[in-house]
Amino acid sequence: MTHMIEIHGLHKSFGDHHVLKGIDLTVDAGEVVCVIGPSGSGKSTLLNCINFLEPYGPGEIWVDGTLIGYSKNGNGALVRVADRTLNQAREKIGIVFQQFNLFPHLTALENIIEAPIHVRRIPRRHAVEQAHELLRKVGLLEKANAYPARLSGGQQQRVAIARSLAMEPKVMLFDEVTSALDPELVGEVLAVMLQLAKDGMTMFVVTHEMSFAKEVADRVIFMDAGEIVEQGQPSNIFGSPKSERLRGFLARIRV
Amino acid sequence: MDFKWTIFVESLPILLKGAIITAQLTVISVIIGLIIGLFGGLGRVSSNRVIKRLALAYVTVIRGIPLLVTLMFMYYGLPAIGIDLTAFTVAFLALSVTNGAYVTEIIRAGIQSIDTGQMRAARSLGMPYGLAMRRIILPQVVRRVLPPITNEAITLLKNTALVSTIALTDLLRSGLEIMASKANTFSPFAGVALIYLLMTMPLIWLVSRLEKRFAVPGSG
Repeated sequence: MTHMIEIHGLHKSFGDHHVLKGIDLTVDAGEVVCVIGPSGSGKSTLLNCINFLEPYGPGEIWVDGTLIGYSKNGNGALVRVADRTLNQAREKIGIVFQQFNLFPHLTALENIIEAPIHVRRIPRRHAVEQAHELLRKVGLLEKANAYPARLSGGQQQRVAIARSLAMEPKVMLFDEVTSALDPELVGEVLAVMLQLAKDGMTMFVVTHEMSFAKEVADRVIFMDAGEIVEQGQPSNIFGSPKSERLRGFLARIRV
Repeated sequence: MDFKWTIFVESLPILLKGAIITAQLTVISVIIGLIIGLFGGLGRVSSNRVIKRLALAYVTVIRGIPLLVTLMFMYYGLPAIGIDLTAFTVAFLALSVTNGAYVTEIIRAGIQSIDTGQMRAARSLGMPYGLAMRRIILPQVVRRVLPPITNEAITLLKNTALVSTIALTDLLRSGLEIMASKANTFSPFAGVALIYLLMTMPLIWLVSRLEKRFAVPGSG
């Protein structure tokens, strides 16, 4: 079978700074993968490469059978695809950011229906129906007409998740989505993510929430210095870490 | 006391005629300047290097040359190479192009002031760059740039006085002509100054309204 996400020999550099040093990774459909690791380990960069917000290379990233950002020419060399092709690929990949990035001039509802109407070109009436359904799912139906500035951080992040889901993505990427939240608001966002996982969504979650990784992840990946150091079931990663680097990391975050 | 009420009153109809020219020039140049500035601003942040450099060259050249020189060059210089434009055409072209350069810089700064996360979020939803610019970025930019753009319009209105140097009977020139015919310097210029003030005051009021209205970004 083909995997939902397949990453082969992925490298990424910012100038001289080599951030990703050969990542190989697969994520199956319906799988929840959590990526942990110290800051600067390249885990957010990896996530941003998956929908080509960061152009990568060399290496290959396939999502649902589509090579992201490039196509192969006759010689098997990679050439950048047209923007239009990239945009189509991106519709399959939802992403939720640390800073929410809701559109401040639009209400919660308008944030959600914007891309379905203008990118997927579905009728406004259907988009609004779907948005109401999604707002109910994240528990914010009564905030449909509120502007982001009137919402708490946790509420904004739940709207952002609904906005991504409105494009009916095959994969959802979460980039430290609770890191900018006050502690008492973290739970409501994690609850939405847990429900999403139960519904069978394929999820790639970069997180500092070890309890979430422990309880929800099918697999945990530990990254350090641009490499995947160790991966496995949460019980193994947290219970019996093999590598020295992972043991050190776990010891530091438990202080 | 050189102020003569009768001369002041007699000159008003003539001054108002000049004021119409001034108002026409201002309105046309503000509108064309906005159009130029929108595309100029988009050009300044474009990822296409040629477009980006053209926009920068335009802004640099226009901002580096005094408007008075641009006017004189176009009115007296261009006929020498066979381009003979009317004074009004020269005036609105020079004013529009100048205003366009300043608006370009305001809009560039406005676009760059929007958090980059907005564009990332829009693109991640599959929006093409142009759509994201039009639907997500520019609506936010408009709120931020309206006050400085209105300020530019005030500057432009006052700068139209420079066209009096190229045989265009605007408000200032009307005052100069009355001064010559009535042999009175104080009264017509009092009228000129008063009319400029009356024309700029609504704009000044508008700026303060806009600044208050958009003081809290995104509060809708």
